[in-house]
Amino acid sequence: MEYLGLYNYWIAVILLMTGFYAVVAKRNMVKKLIGLSLFQAAVFLMYITMGKVDGGTAPIFSADGAEQIFSNPLPQVLILTAIVVGISTTALGLAIVVRTKEEYGTIEEDEIQQIDGQDIDGNE
Amino acid sequence: MNLIFGIFLLTLMLITGIAVVRTKNLFVATTLMGIFSLLLAANFFLLDAADVALTEAAVGAGISTVLFLSALSLTAEQEKPCFGGRLLALSVVVITTLALLHATLDSPQLGDINAPVHQHVAPWYIDKTPQVIDVPNIVTAVLASFRGYDTLGEVFVVFTAGIGVMFLLSHYPRKKPHKPHEGLRHYLIQRLVGRTVIPFILLFGFYVQFHGDFGPGGGFQAGALVAAAIILFALLEGTDQAIHIIPSWFLNGMVAGGALLYSAVGVAGMLMGGNFLDYSVLASDPVAGQHLGILLIELGVGITVTGVLLSIFLAFASRKHF
Repeated sequence: MEYLGLYNYWIAVILLMTGFYAVVAKRNMVKKLIGLSLFQAAVFLMYITMGKVDGGTAPIFSADGAEQIFSNPLPQVLILTAIVVGISTTALGLAIVVRTKEEYGTIEEDEIQQIDGQDIDGNE
Repeated sequence: MNLIFGIFLLTLMLITGIAVVRTKNLFVATTLMGIFSLLLAANFFLLDAADVALTEAAVGAGISTVLFLSALSLTAEQEKPCFGGRLLALSVVVITTLALLHATLDSPQLGDINAPVHQHVAPWYIDKTPQVIDVPNIVTAVLASFRGYDTLGEVFVVFTAGIGVMFLLSHYPRKKPHKPHEGLRHYLIQRLVGRTVIPFILLFGFYVQFHGDFGPGGGFQAGALVAAAIILFALLEGTDQAIHIIPSWFLNGMVAGGALLYSAVGVAGMLMGGNFLDYSVLASDPVAGQHLGILLIELGVGITVTGVLLSIFLAFASRKHF
């Protein structure tokens, strides 16, 4: 039972490293961005987990003014804005991938490096 | 009960996450990411983060999936197999995972009220919100007023990302004969369901915008919801129809206008004798000033987020294959 209280952190850690694996090991650029999204989601999960209080509710005062225990609002504020900023930066990354595809005809990292190498050889 | 349900959801998330990385088909990976986001939103809800759950459901499961799909339609659907380097990456990942797992053994238990994170400034915000700001939703109070300066920064990050996408994708290297995008209007079920749902999403978006002081919600969520409704319209009726209804000069105005409105509220506070983004001086009564300030800056956030998400989507969707 004591270890079940850490389960959220474990899942967050494993998801974090799953996303990281996709970023470092995959050659496909869209896949790298998907890995980055996973990485981000794992951080979100960890923050929100830290804010949870046993027997607490969402940090909104009820109209009748009853005594309530609230979960910590601060991590929620941080993550709320981070989600929207995250999608904007992911979109920027996707735009770069689309432009890369148009210029190089591929979104595989090794093929792009190959094309770049040929260019340098051709100029010599 | 909550604990067991949470563990169930987290395990599903883990399975989905690993499947996302393992699959070679990027279309499948994107769809699985949508499911992953929905599970994550449900998890946030279990962890008492209603505002965050709303945002994640609208942004992660909705808009993010659409963006990835439109990027895939412009690139490739299938990932090419790669060789070499995987063993090194895998060993680094496994070692780091084990180290991090070891570190979690010192973390406080889930829901522990004596955890350090609950001891520092959080009780202050919970105590002060009813006196100083007097809105029921503490998350909105912290986001819009106590940490308003920070949120202004976030809005400008969103603004900058939108500008970046426009710079990258609004330039056309070659002209091709223009064929109007037909959308899904020839599919009966999609058309009927879509047309029925769009007004309600819009209505909910506006409700979330103006009710954000009292319940879960605010500018970020509302912006994502309104953008999602219009993106759904664009998918159904074709991108050209959507651009016809919301012309690009209007969208650009939204992108800049929301951020400007937010800054203007800050400067107005300075002109009226307070600090930058100090809303207390905006009205004769400090609490009424706070209410007015929060309403205005949430409106600014909502306008910019809607504008940026829509222009990002339209930039992707109106780009043709080369």
